[in-house]
Amino acid sequence: MRERTLTMDTLNPQVKAVEYAVRGPIVLKAGDLERRLQQGDKQPFTEVIKANIGDAHAMGQQPITFLRQVVALCCFPELLDSPAFPDDAKQRAKRILQDCGGQSLGSYSASQGVECIRRDIADYITHRDQGVPSDWNNIYLTTGASDGIMSILKLLVSGQGSSRTGVMIPIPQYPLYSAAISELGAVQINYYLDEANCWALDIEELQRAYLTAKQHCQPRVLCIINPGNPTGQVQSKKCIEEVLHFAYEENLFVMADEVYQDNVYSSDCQFHSFKKVLCEMGPEYFNNVELASFHSTSKGYTGECGFRGGYMEVLNMDAQVKAQLIKLLSVRLCPPVSGQAAMNVIVNPPKVHEPSYAQFTKEKSSVLDALAHKANLTEQTLNSVPGIKCNPVQGAMYAFPQIFIPPRAIQEAQSLSIAPDMLYCLKLLEETGICVVPGSGFGQREGTYHFRMTILPNPEKLEILLEKLKKFHLRFLEEYSQQEPQITRTTEEQHRQKSKQPD
Amino acid sequence: MSVLQEISPNVKNMKQLEFAILARRVNQIKEELRQGVRKSYKDVIDVSWGDPHRAGVKPLSFVRQVLAACLYPQLMNSDKLPVDVRQRAQKLLGGCDGGSVGSYTATTGISEIVSGISEFITKRDGGVPSYPENIYISSGSQWSLTNILKVLVNSEGSPRTGVLTPVPSHCTTTLSLMGLGAIIIPYYLNEEEGWELQIEELHRALESAKGICNPVALYIINPGNPTGHVQSRKSMQEVIRFTSEKKLFLLADEVYQNCVYRESSEFVSYKRVLAEMGPPLSDTLELASFHSASKGFMGECGLRGGYVELVNLDPDVMEYIYKLFSKDSCAPVTGQIALDLMMNPPQPGDPSYLIYYEETQNIKTMLVHNVKRALEVLNSLPGFCCQPVEGGAFAFPRLYLPPEAIQKAKEVGMQPDTFYCIRMLEEAGVLVSPGYEYGQKEGTHHIRFCIMTTVDTMEELLRRLSSFHTQFMKDFS
Repeated sequence: MRERTLTMDTLNPQVKAVEYAVRGPIVLKAGDLERRLQQGDKQPFTEVIKANIGDAHAMGQQPITFLRQVVALCCFPELLDSPAFPDDAKQRAKRILQDCGGQSLGSYSASQGVECIRRDIADYITHRDQGVPSDWNNIYLTTGASDGIMSILKLLVSGQGSSRTGVMIPIPQYPLYSAAISELGAVQINYYLDEANCWALDIEELQRAYLTAKQHCQPRVLCIINPGNPTGQVQSKKCIEEVLHFAYEENLFVMADEVYQDNVYSSDCQFHSFKKVLCEMGPEYFNNVELASFHSTSKGYTGECGFRGGYMEVLNMDAQVKAQLIKLLSVRLCPPVSGQAAMNVIVNPPKVHEPSYAQFTKEKSSVLDALAHKANLTEQTLNSVPGIKCNPVQGAMYAFPQIFIPPRAIQEAQSLSIAPDMLYCLKLLEETGICVVPGSGFGQREGTYHFRMTILPNPEKLEILLEKLKKFHLRFLEEYSQQEPQITRTTEEQHRQKSKQPD
Repeated sequence: MSVLQEISPNVKNMKQLEFAILARRVNQIKEELRQGVRKSYKDVIDVSWGDPHRAGVKPLSFVRQVLAACLYPQLMNSDKLPVDVRQRAQKLLGGCDGGSVGSYTATTGISEIVSGISEFITKRDGGVPSYPENIYISSGSQWSLTNILKVLVNSEGSPRTGVLTPVPSHCTTTLSLMGLGAIIIPYYLNEEEGWELQIEELHRALESAKGICNPVALYIINPGNPTGHVQSRKSMQEVIRFTSEKKLFLLADEVYQNCVYRESSEFVSYKRVLAEMGPPLSDTLELASFHSASKGFMGECGLRGGYVELVNLDPDVMEYIYKLFSKDSCAPVTGQIALDLMMNPPQPGDPSYLIYYEETQNIKTMLVHNVKRALEVLNSLPGFCCQPVEGGAFAFPRLYLPPEAIQKAKEVGMQPDTFYCIRMLEEAGVLVSPGYEYGQKEGTHHIRFCIMTTVDTMEELLRRLSSFHTQFMKDFS
């Protein structure tokens, strides 16, 4: 047999390090179990509950009618003659199609996106930020926010050895960032969010991470997710200011992942866009700090993940560098035009006087209220379980509780060469059919364990899930707490860490 | 602020497209037209993209009806949509989590659609089996190609990875390669022989790479872009033998497989030819073939539906390919649906069949007509010579520019064929792209334009082109 050209020895070494836990091994296992269930295999549960991915529609959330009407009209313009569609939806569809080649969604758009949509996004941002001007030339439509994030990172990774680009990411983080860093061969710089303080960003920790990293790489990029994924924290204005000040001082490119900007539940919290805060810090900051902010159709109240819609606004990018970015974006030709249309509806929703306003507002509130309720329910229930401690779910779509894992379980995990929280999640899946993602997939402080679950299942299912989880956790604690573990150096370390863990 | 020197060198190395110059000018001209500035034309004919809808071709009714029903299922409650449209939409929605096209899908695509693709491929290739686990759907075929290249190209390695690519070649692939830090090893297609690929040229190209880079793959596009050449079976067998002998990975871009015009030419897939050559080749040659919903009769470029089929890959490597695709989540569902409709169109007896058949036949007739007319007109004009367009979406005629024109181009700092294109845009309101963009033999010039337009548009285009060209040649002789 001829030796293959492409083997583990010859493939691009940077690819080998790429991991993406959200669709990783536990999810593949869940899919397997699901198939087996469908084939009539008996399991200790009747359904697999996928609480691993931020996909609202998969969990039964309904699409926003107005958005689907507009995109359907764009797709099949004969419907413009149908009395079944409201005028405001038709008006928007006509406007979008006007700017599409041949008035068709099937035409490539410019790689930056359809012009009127970019303009609408700029208007939306200006309005959202209470007048801080947005220039449509700085707006780029993207294939989901991920596409924009990858492109900016790709642009910025350069240098060799100690001058290699370093990218600061929060721990815990959404694993697209670590995957992108691996793929691009950049240097990952971890800054730890403060779990004891509702996952707040501590500026001293940023500085520590930066100074340590500076010794072996060139830190160039600072990534921040607000509201946070997986943590759910909503950063205070003061904190955002401190971050921007730090970025200014150290000449860092700020990537602000704001895809959950419409998902804020806690009444004590408010979404502050990085751009607005930057503007309020005065012209020296506003005209100099390089800032890319990302948004998406996948989250918020629309939950349109399958459309792969998103945009980024890029501030203060050098003109020559911008030309490079445009060149890079042209390689994937253009983002799906249906996703661009969906994004347009989000930034240009029905206005007060328009026919669809009432229904739109009702649907939007219904979705957001449900999410807020579920966020609260999840947080309360998890905190009622001994051995689980969950920070307030202030925003986003996830709970990221810390779990106590008994030393014996840690040992067993080690013997299986898997992370302890992976062992926990695998057992949870096998015994209850609930699929969540282990904290090790997102990053966490050494010796702590977490898992990320979504708050997306409908309230009845969520209650069932939480009930099963509670029972499982208590069983798990009991099962693994029966014997005293052997005292080894590793377990001594764990005993030390144990004092930091919840009871 | 980030400065140019801090930008990724691979990105900087990606060449700046000539098209940027033309794009700026076309936007200005469109604005001028909108403001009522007098010109000898009232609109710009843009045939610089392989984009049928942009050039006036209408989408297929069945496709748009099914998509609309999937997007807005309330449409299925009325009788307005044909029964088979409603059934198909129902079936497709059944494959979506939560019954919504707004859900993420499995990384490689909705499993029913992926199975449908593998069935289509098996049928297309006369029974050569295709397996769903080897198929990945992505946002357009270039996205898949880039992911496969990411696995093949070691940008930090020494020597650097080299990939054999044709000249001329469409830019997206070459840009992608440059962006990944690969070295492009050009192999020249033979214009005088209808843009045929000659095996000796492949050998020469590979030889030239010795000591410069580590060649790992051969990229080939069939039917060709921009050339329009459709490879013969014999030529494909030679390529397969060469690729195997030289231990290369074969990247076969087959997005134009549904666009073949010449009666005597026939598209046959690399996979089929490989299978017919039997073991050991058929079991060992590593092949990736790409297809898309952007071309063919559907022309749904904006929906972004493409796929790659991987043959004979190392299973361990497949795991890593999966991871790369998974961090992009999944392909847009509208693109996945478009692919399904392409693989599985209405059949005789279905309510939508007659209209579907009529529409596709019209497009076919239109394309054959356009190709014939374009060749007639181009080959009748002194200063043009166009090879037969056997397939694909473009005509790529050779342009014999007078020395004075070449001189003038130099003076204004433009490539000669870019200069010609700018002039054509300004004076005739026709946007085509310059051959320089695609690579060409030194001293030769070409233009490329899309032939997937309505018949009327093609006639108007050819009229304007002839008139402009005649004047241009006169002005510069």
